[in-house]
Amino acid sequence: MEIMKEDTTYLQELRKIAWREELRKSIPAKERTAKERVSMPSQDPIIRSTNSDEVNTGLMSELAIGEAQRCLDCVNPTCIDGCPVNINIPSFIKHIEKSDFLGAAKVLKETSALPAVCGRVCPQEVQCEATCFYTVKLKKAPVAIGHLERFAADFERESGSVSVPKIASDNGYKIAIIGSGPAGLSAAGDLAKMGCDVTVFEALHEIGGVLKYGIPEFRLPNSVVDVEINSLKQMGVKFFTNFVVGSTASIQDLRDEGFDAFFVSSGAGLPNFMGIPGENYSGIMSSNEYLTRVNLMKAAHADYDTPVYIGKNVAVIGGGNTAMDSVRTAKRLGAERSMIIYRRSMDEMPARVEEIEHAVEEGIEFMCLNNPIEYFANENGHVSKVRVQKMELGEPDASGRRRPVPIENSEYELDVDLVVVSVGVSPNPLIPKSLPELEMTRWGTIVVDEDTMQAKNVPDVFAGGDIVRGGATVILAMGDGRKAAQGILNYVQSKK
Amino acid sequence: MSKIINKEILSDKVVKIEIEAPRIAQKRKAGHFVIVKIGEKGERIPLTISQADESKGTITLIVQKVGVSSHKLCDLAVGDEVSSVVGPLGQSTHVENVGTVLCAGGGVGIAPLLPIVEAMKEAGNKVISVLAGRSQEFIILEDEIRKASDEVIIMTDDGTYGNKGLVTEGMEEVIQREKVNLAVTIGPAVMMKFCSILTKKYNIPTVASLNTVMVDGSGMCGACRITVDGETKFVCVDGPEFDAHQIDFDEMLMRLRAYKDEEADAYQSFMNNK
Ligand SMILES: Cc1cc2nc3c(=O)[nH]c(=O)nc-3n(C[C@H](O)[C@H](O)[C@H](O)COP(=O)(O)OP(=O)(O)OC[C@H]3O[C@@H](n4cnc5c(N)ncnc54)[C@H](O)[C@@H]3O)c2cc1C
Ligand SMILES: Cc1cc2nc3c(=O)[nH]c(=O)nc-3n(C[C@H](O)[C@H](O)[C@H](O)COP(=O)(O)OP(=O)(O)OC[C@H]3O[C@@H](n4cnc5c(N)ncnc54)[C@H](O)[C@@H]3O)c2cc1C
Ligand code: SF4
Ligand code: SF4
Ligand code: FES
Repeated sequence: MEIMKEDTTYLQELRKIAWREELRKSIPAKERTAKERVSMPSQDPIIRSTNSDEVNTGLMSELAIGEAQRCLDCVNPTCIDGCPVNINIPSFIKHIEKSDFLGAAKVLKETSALPAVCGRVCPQEVQCEATCFYTVKLKKAPVAIGHLERFAADFERESGSVSVPKIASDNGYKIAIIGSGPAGLSAAGDLAKMGCDVTVFEALHEIGGVLKYGIPEFRLPNSVVDVEINSLKQMGVKFFTNFVVGSTASIQDLRDEGFDAFFVSSGAGLPNFMGIPGENYSGIMSSNEYLTRVNLMKAAHADYDTPVYIGKNVAVIGGGNTAMDSVRTAKRLGAERSMIIYRRSMDEMPARVEEIEHAVEEGIEFMCLNNPIEYFANENGHVSKVRVQKMELGEPDASGRRRPVPIENSEYELDVDLVVVSVGVSPNPLIPKSLPELEMTRWGTIVVDEDTMQAKNVPDVFAGGDIVRGGATVILAMGDGRKAAQGILNYVQSKK
Repeated sequence: MSKIINKEILSDKVVKIEIEAPRIAQKRKAGHFVIVKIGEKGERIPLTISQADESKGTITLIVQKVGVSSHKLCDLAVGDEVSSVVGPLGQSTHVENVGTVLCAGGGVGIAPLLPIVEAMKEAGNKVISVLAGRSQEFIILEDEIRKASDEVIIMTDDGTYGNKGLVTEGMEEVIQREKVNLAVTIGPAVMMKFCSILTKKYNIPTVASLNTVMVDGSGMCGACRITVDGETKFVCVDGPEFDAHQIDFDEMLMRLRAYKDEEADAYQSFMNNK
């Protein structure tokens, strides 16, 4: 992928360090490959579907070391090609194998601002673990890179000795970050390290973007995100919440206040609806609304003021991570039936495999190859039924996925009292609207230079994450943030 | 955090508060609103910016107690902090000199109507305001509205104050007697629906400012969605003002009931614990 020549030599040199050589020789490769992949300890499905504690409880040291021993410390570590930010995977894993857990965390932090987050939410099965030697050549279960990443990051956090990165001396540049999701946080971290004066503006009252308002506690505890935010604060990054750039102040206002460059990481927050009859009945809401009420506003806690409708028969429309999070949240809030209605088959679901497996264990009903076509309401205008049409898979479409085709006369009705629509999001239009000269795609994403993340036509504006990619992933957003930080530094330096 | 620097009790149910918010004060125009959150466990509620003082860096909100959150806000004292105030949100009112503007406000809608009345007057319009409520205690801000109007008509359902009758009766009287170029209506959804039916009959362009349920107020959740001219719109970013004759008020009425039971229960227990 993006590995440069120098990087590979750097990898090779690290691999030749004496302790790595020794460690490699300490266990024969045959023995390493004969081991079974570790399984992540998790809460019992019956118990966890009634609480909001994290599902995966994390590896203990012995398990982590055992799993680290599986890694062959390959000459050509193909796993790195699968990681969008090219984490030095064998290096951090070998630190774990020799019980230097803080050392492992340090390796991770060289590349990733939020390893505890990525270890939990990356779709490893299509990234680093998909290109691991075990998957590709041995046709065996890959090294559990994600679990190990989480282990090292959690160890560091729980040890209380989280290292605050070294900050270069103040370089006099003032940078504004718009949006505090993973893209914004990682850019903020890098820019602060480079010695910039960094301010993050966030529209909501909480910092973290989707990590806070979207992804539920049972998958990514807020406390994990807060530790990272605190370390940014210690690095001198300033945060302004309740500040909508474009409304509270325009980019021009901020230029006038002395900001030299901007990183737009405002995400893809606009929920899509399907536009089918009855979709505006009460009891039908976007996953953003549902998850925001529950995660950000803590609606399910009696002492918080925000209400949320507690459904008995809940249908969630869609097959992505957002759909899984919504349906599992509904289950935890006491739904009798929690159903996924998805128009393609289980194999095409874009959600992380682990989340689908967890959802199955928790008793979520999967109605694949089904598509809602109309809603009906009771006399109060509250949704009571959904009319569903069965689908079959046809020829592959442009995306390579087989296109779902409706089966005639297959419609039936299901009783529902809460429907969560989770069929994708569109980019947040606020910033583009306030900067009309920005070049946009027809999907409403900002066009940027791939290497520097600089926007076309507006040289002091850079952008990354979902506002550039549409709904993507945490790790891609973070990678963009890092690239943009470098791009921004080069830009401001060239200007003065 | 934004500090409350002034508070005036306008009536039993209505409080006017002035809050420090220098940036919002600078940017706001008539029709803009803010989202306010009170306390860590508070809910996010939308409130129209009634006035702003750029030099002092403050905005003024007029809040009517209807449920838990509005009550909590009204209970705060001068010097207390409001946890979050974000804005200015929404599209500002399109203000121009069109001639005669008929402004109809009912109950909860009178507060957000005030800045529009003021802006319409300032633009050189003749402004006739009709204020309506169930009884005298629901007619709020009469003095303020009077100051910015050429004429004020008061209507109460029970005749305890002004004329006995509905807001639409007051409006129709004006429409029959003189040329009205634009109507503005803010209040409970049913009221706006009937105002809209009335002005449609007389072909008077009409703007309604909608008070849907909101969560984020920035286009992220869709809680505030309504149908205008067959299309789904988000009140927080596309509105809050729309062409009243295109709004599907029946759908809006239905959606406003979504959390009625939960709100009523919450209010009951809040008042019991006070
Ligand atoms: C429920 C859910 C589950 C997901 N699960 C996974 C997963 O398991 N794995 C994975 O890799 N990805 C997952 N994703 C996707 C991932 O979260 C996103 O791709 C990622 O968060 C994008 O990061 P971002 O920084 O671009 O934007 P966001 O995280 O969306 O953050 C943008 C922030 O900008 C703020 N903002 C917007 N406009 C303005 C403005 N004008 N002024 C100030 N602030 C503004 C917003 O309030 C928001 O806080 C999931 C997404 C959702 C919704
Ligand atoms: C854009 C916008 C601007 C607004 N401006 C103002 C303002 O300037 N001053 C002001 O006092 N209020 C204003 N509102 C209404 C205000 O947001 C609500 O009164 C508030 O959210 C109620 O919260 P609560 O927790 O106190 O009551 P809740 O518990 O949410 O509601 C209590 C009861 O009041 C009813 N109710 C709630 N909101 C409304 C409403 N908007 N219209 C009619 N009935 C309602 C509910 O159905 C319920 O029966 C505005 C609303 C919007 C969308
Ligand atoms: S960041 Fe994600 S893709 Fe990269 S190594 Fe970690 S888990 Fe794998
Ligand atoms: S490819 Fe797999 S076995 Fe090889 S270094 Fe990477 S994680 Fe280890
Ligand atoms: S309040 Fe969330 S989209 Fe309007």
